[in-house]
Formats: sequence, C-alpha cells, structure tokens
Amino acid sequence: MNKPYWYRIAYVAVAAIVILTGILVSNAYYLQLLTFIGINTLLALGLNMLMGYAGQISLGHAAFYGIGAYTTAILTVHYAISPWLALPAAILIAMAIAYIVGVPTLKLSGYYLGMGTLGFGMIIHILFREWSSITGGASGFIGIPPLEFGPVSFASGRNYFYLVWGFVLLSLIICRRIIDSRVGRGLRSIHDGEKTARAVGVDTSQLKLQVFVLSAAFSALAGFLYAHLVYFISPGTFDFITSIRIVTMVVIGGMASIWGALLGASLLTLLPEWLHSFSEFEMVVYGLILMSVMIFLPQGLTRGLMDIYERSKKSQNR
Amino acid sequence: MQEILQYIFSGITSGAIYAVIAVGFSMLYNSTELINFAHGEFVMLGALSFITLSGPFQLPLLSAFFLSVAGVACIGMLFERLAIRTVREPNPIVLIIITVGASIFLRGVGMLVWGKDAHTMPPFSKHPPLDIEGAKLLAQSIWIVAIMFLMAAGLHLFYKKTLTGKAMQACAISQKAAWLAGIPSKFMILLAFGLSTGMGAVAGVIISPITMCGYDMGTMLGLKGFCAAMLGGLGSLWGSLIGGLLLGILEALGVGLISSGLKDATAFLLLLFILYVRPSGIISSVNVERF
Repeated sequence: MNKPYWYRIAYVAVAAIVILTGILVSNAYYLQLLTFIGINTLLALGLNMLMGYAGQISLGHAAFYGIGAYTTAILTVHYAISPWLALPAAILIAMAIAYIVGVPTLKLSGYYLGMGTLGFGMIIHILFREWSSITGGASGFIGIPPLEFGPVSFASGRNYFYLVWGFVLLSLIICRRIIDSRVGRGLRSIHDGEKTARAVGVDTSQLKLQVFVLSAAFSALAGFLYAHLVYFISPGTFDFITSIRIVTMVVIGGMASIWGALLGASLLTLLPEWLHSFSEFEMVVYGLILMSVMIFLPQGLTRGLMDIYERSKKSQNR
Repeated sequence: MQEILQYIFSGITSGAIYAVIAVGFSMLYNSTELINFAHGEFVMLGALSFITLSGPFQLPLLSAFFLSVAGVACIGMLFERLAIRTVREPNPIVLIIITVGASIFLRGVGMLVWGKDAHTMPPFSKHPPLDIEGAKLLAQSIWIVAIMFLMAAGLHLFYKKTLTGKAMQACAISQKAAWLAGIPSKFMILLAFGLSTGMGAVAGVIISPITMCGYDMGTMLGLKGFCAAMLGGLGSLWGSLIGGLLLGILEALGVGLISSGLKDATAFLLLLFILYVRPSGIISSVNVERF
C-alpha cells in the first residue's frame, strides 16, 4: 500500500468527521469549542512547519496571531473595508513583518533564536497595548463585524465552524504537499544538521526564511478567524503565554507530524475546560501534565504512543 | 539634572535586582547549558516566603533571609532531581517546555499558598532617604546594591578560591572530562541548581520592600533578568552584573525622558539589538554560531 493513498483516505475521513460533527452537534458551546480547536490547529500547524520540520524554535508566534487579528480589526472597523479584502491584507502584512524580522533573527540558533523570537513577540505585544489610538490599548478593540458571504452569514456557530474547518483542511493539504516536496526534504535536512545541509547544497538561510514566513501566514489566518469569531480582541490574548501555548501544542502533539498538530491543538484547547473542575488547582495540574509528558514522552504524544504500541507488539511476537 | 540623577538612582536600584536575577541565569547556563524559564518563579517564592517568615512568623530579618533563601534553594534542587535529571532527551526545546511547565506549576503553588492578593513588606532599615543634589536615595536602594556586590564578590571567590567552585567550572567546560577526573558532575549540577535558584530567592528578598509581591510577579522579572544576562553575555558573572545595571538605568531613563509605555519594551528592544549585533553579549565568554 503506497503512502499517498493513505493520506487521501485520512483527509476524506477528517472531512467526513467534520461534516458529521457539524450536523450532530447542536450545542452552541460545543460548536464554539470545536471552532477554537480549528483555530488553534492552524496556529500549531504553522509553527510545526517551523519547529517540527525545520527545527527552528519560535517563542513569539502569538505576535503573528495578533497581527492577523489586529489588521483585520483595524481595516474593517476604521476603514470599513470588506473582511474578505482584509484577509489577504492581514496575511500579507504578517508575512512582510516575518520576512523583515526573520532575516536577522533566523541567523541565530538554539536558545539564542528562542530569545530573539521571544523579544520580538514581547515588543509586538507591548505595541498592541500602548499604541492605543489605533489598537484600543489595554482595554481592547470592540465592534469587529461578523463575516458574510453573499446570502450566507457566518454569524451562526455552525457556519463558522464549517468555515474554520474548511481552512484547516486546506492548510493540512498544503502542508502535506510542501513536506513531501523537495522543499520539505530540505527543511528536514536543516533539522538534522544545518552545516551538513549546507554542505550538500541546501540554501538553508533562504529555506528557513521561507518556512518562517509561511508559518506567520498560517498564524495570521488564525488571528483573522479569531477576530471575526469573538468580535472583540485585547492584547492579553496575544502575549508570551499564548506563544508558549502554541509551542506546547506542537510539542505535546508531536513534532514533525501534521496530525500531531491537530492532536496537540485539540488537547490543549480541551484541557483547560476539563481542568475547570480543579478550580484552584488548575495551574498546578496543568504544569504537572506539561512536565510529565515532556519527561516521559519527549517525542510528543503521537510518536510516543506509537512507540509504546510498537514495543508491545514486538514483545507479543516474541 | 536633579531629575536625571533621580532616574539614575531608581535605575540602579532595579538594575541591581535584574543583575542578581541575571547572575542566577548565567550561573546555571554556565554549568548546565540550560535556560531555566522558571527562574522568575523562584524569585517570587523567595519574596513571598521572606514576607511570611518576617511578618506573621515574626522572625528577625537576617534569619528570615537565610531561611527563605535556603528553602528556595532546596526546592530548586528538588526540581533538578525530579524534573531535569529524569529527562530522556535533553534538547533545548524539551527543556524549555519542562521549565515552562515548572513555572506554571510553581505559580499555581504560589497562588494556593499565598492567595491572589499582593503582599508588602516594610524596608530593611527605617533610615530616612538621603538627599544628594536634590535627588532622593532610598536606604533600601543602598541595601540592594550592597547585597548585589557582596554576592558577586562571594561568587567570584567561590569560583576562584574553593575546590568546589573550581570543580563546578570544570563541569561547565566538559561534564565528561570532569567526571573522568573524579568530579561528581551530577552532584555539581545539583549544586548549580541550588545556587542559581537561591540567587533568585535573594533577588526576591531584596525586592520585596520596594514593590507589591504577588504570585504572578515572577514572569516579567524573570524575562527581564534574562534580557540582562543576554545583554552582558550569557555565562559571564561580571557581564551579567553590567547587563543588569545597564538595563535598569536605560529603562529608568526611557520611562522618565520618553514615555512610561516604554518601560517593558526597553528590555526587549535591547535584547533584539544585542542579539542582532553581538549575540555573545558585551563581555563575551562564548562563541555564538550564526549562519
């Protein structure tokens, strides 16, 4: 059985699950939760391309998420531009900023790269908070319009759910295509060793920059969808903790795995909901889960659970 | 002139605190090549336990100081033993997530123990502020700077004069070679964790009289201490001190002369600047690879 065949079946299965969930789930709260999972999947997917495949860490990805959200908010409210024109604008602006920031930052590696992206993320966060004449400052930005497409309104939970998951499916396919291409192999070669990759003729700095810009585009798309889902954005949504949460989604789900991004985003979106029952102990339990997954399954859940499964199968055969 | 002097005084005060935090970061990075994102939380633990010990428990300042620092250092060593040594794949990304997990955990513990309210603490001594050229210098500022210098000198002597300190430096150069030479390198790493988190607690103790202390005070302090360590040169003791003081002074001048919105941005703008221009820091002890 060749691989692409299985991938196609997986996409059809996910599409079928999405359509069925949309029909079966009618509770507005659950639909919104599922929509958030979709948005977080886009974020995790973008960062996974950078971290999982190219091995470059970013601790400031919430900045691009925020740039996407604030661009569409400013354009649709202050300038009364249609959201569908604001979407490409948001993505292009995020990509341009990623390019400008990426040129000097991606020269760094390891902890130094982590720190560079962290600094960038903090500066953008402070900009959202302090540039109050444009962004509304710390109290936030209100009155972002709902999405409409001709007669179809996306104000209802179910339509928005389909819209977000449509984007997710599209992004999953785009990522898969990139990973299976020459570019994808180049990215993985950077992960395994940047010097070696250069020695065999991979233009590593160009490639790192491209994947950084791509992941910024995914994050901006997620920001756009977030802004038009909740109609209200504030700087607190796009802070350091959010950047860390995106990294956590990627790592917990499993790096260098597209489905890992989906799993990680789902778990990390649902976990706080489950932990509400712990009330006071929520943070303690959250921290413990994060630490123990990393200690015992450093490859993330997808890879880690697969390893355990294979090991148990081997011991059965013996 | 008087205003600028005032800004510089307050800058040196907060700079000294950043410096103490930065030294903790640097020390740990030196011997383990690890950046502890939970470091700010140890500052918080130090500050809050000091307030509790000297307030409700009525302990004299000096014993409260040593007890809280020693307690936090023990928690730090426990953290190393339970969460760091057990890691199967110690690569930067895994370690970053583990220390971030620890910081969330410790913040949760801080909230459970001390609640969500902020706590305060009277200054160490009741001496009135000194008047220098019209600018006020708080007695607490003198305490903070003096403790910073004492600590730096102590650390310097520890590294240069004692066998343990030299063994620790050997571990920093090469763990395997140190182990072959008969140095218990695992114990040295444990010790480095204890020293580094203890240093964080010292920063927490000396900052407690001049700010509101709550369970969430650690994150920003930790990040700024980190910027200071990068600015001076990660892994260098004197570099961290210079980086901390420079960051404090520039931050205070930025707030006073330009805008208060700049306060938190200064540290990160400086961080980006130094990373782009000279990632090894002002006083470089490491060679940073760039592609």
